[in-house]
Amino acid sequence: MTDHASQIRRLRLDAVSLERGQRRLFSALTEALTAGEAISLTGANGAGKTSLLRAIAGLLPLAAGRIAFDGPDGEIEAETARSDGLHLLAHQDGLKTSRTAGEELDFWARWLGGGGDLAPAVETFNLEPLLTLEVRKLSAGQRRRLALARLLAAPRPLWLLDEPMAPLDTAMRRQLGEVMQRHLHSGGLILAAVHDPLPFPTRSLHVGAPG
Amino acid sequence: MSAPANPLAALFRREMSLAYGRGGGPLLACGFYAGVAVLLPLAEGPDPARLAAVAPGAAFATLALASLLSLERLFERDYEDGALDLLTLGAPGLTVVAAVKCLAQWLATGAPLAVAAPLVAIALGASPALAPLVFASSLLAGLGFSFIGGIGAALSLGTRRGGVLVAVIVLPLFTPLVVFGAGAVDAFSTGLEWGPALALLGAYCLGACALAPFAMAAACRNALS
Repeated sequence: MTDHASQIRRLRLDAVSLERGQRRLFSALTEALTAGEAISLTGANGAGKTSLLRAIAGLLPLAAGRIAFDGPDGEIEAETARSDGLHLLAHQDGLKTSRTAGEELDFWARWLGGGGDLAPAVETFNLEPLLTLEVRKLSAGQRRRLALARLLAAPRPLWLLDEPMAPLDTAMRRQLGEVMQRHLHSGGLILAAVHDPLPFPTRSLHVGAPG
Repeated sequence: MSAPANPLAALFRREMSLAYGRGGGPLLACGFYAGVAVLLPLAEGPDPARLAAVAPGAAFATLALASLLSLERLFERDYEDGALDLLTLGAPGLTVVAAVKCLAQWLATGAPLAVAAPLVAIALGASPALAPLVFASSLLAGLGFSFIGGIGAALSLGTRRGGVLVAVIVLPLFTPLVVFGAGAVDAFSTGLEWGPALALLGAYCLGACALAPFAMAAACRNALS
């Protein structure tokens, strides 16, 4: 059962336009992301990088266009794809400050369909000494590591990452780079909003006004 | 491979631990309930006969107010810290999330209040013979309070002073619960048939359980976008 029904192999953005309030963020964005591929999403502050990630996750309605997910046997229903095929890592990490890091990781792993073995995720992001601490006691970087551990604790093919590197130290950035590359090698897809380039070659997609 | 983890059981455990964590909600609601119950005789005068007459009704109206207290935060915390985004990405979907949250709210806050309700009614002078029925109807009404109240909590997401808004949205919808709940107790104490009122109370609660989660999920989606 770890192989989910929806194995997303391709994400298609088809003439996607997004609006926030009355403001048009971008129009007619067309792009495809296939298994094993990563795209760096660039653009100025407020250009709509986060909004695009949220729209792909189904949290924002599109002003126009279409977002489609393809599996090995043709298109997957968007709702299915979202409910067991994608991870969203955003600035707001959804971690409850009053609960311990271990409780939170365990809950989210279960909620997102993880098999129950948290050891690899804990080890990769060096969380062992933090698991018994309340989330409020963690630093920004430690919280981000805890949020990132969900990516490994519940295997899902499409990762939508919003500034994943921002609060991490140098060693952990390198580690996350390796984790992302491993994910790509095993057929994953990554769409990451970034300001600094990722530590491995990716395609780049610019949103908003050019330059 | 380990046994498949049940996401709903995990969510339920999380909701209960959040409700009880940090010494909050349930005890606070019971304290509020007791506080209002103490104020009532001070305002009403100490005449036992008069107090006993209003005791069941007063206990029920106060119960409705007390169950409002922690409702405001039902979705708000998850909305503010981004957890609601991630809850939409689980296999069960937002409708089920809303139902589980309300169920946990009922058990965490409604059940302690239902235990306190007979004590409050007796303290105000109601006959101890009423206690079982007061408990049963409070428990049942609590189910309705948390599901109906959840709609208000979801609709007020993202607004300032959401708590007041929740009360304004939800209190009119609480009226049938108070009417039937207090009605059953009142009928029992005057020797009338109390079954129908309790049945109507149950019907209203079940209707709320069946329909409210869809409304809550839609309101949450609207708040997220």
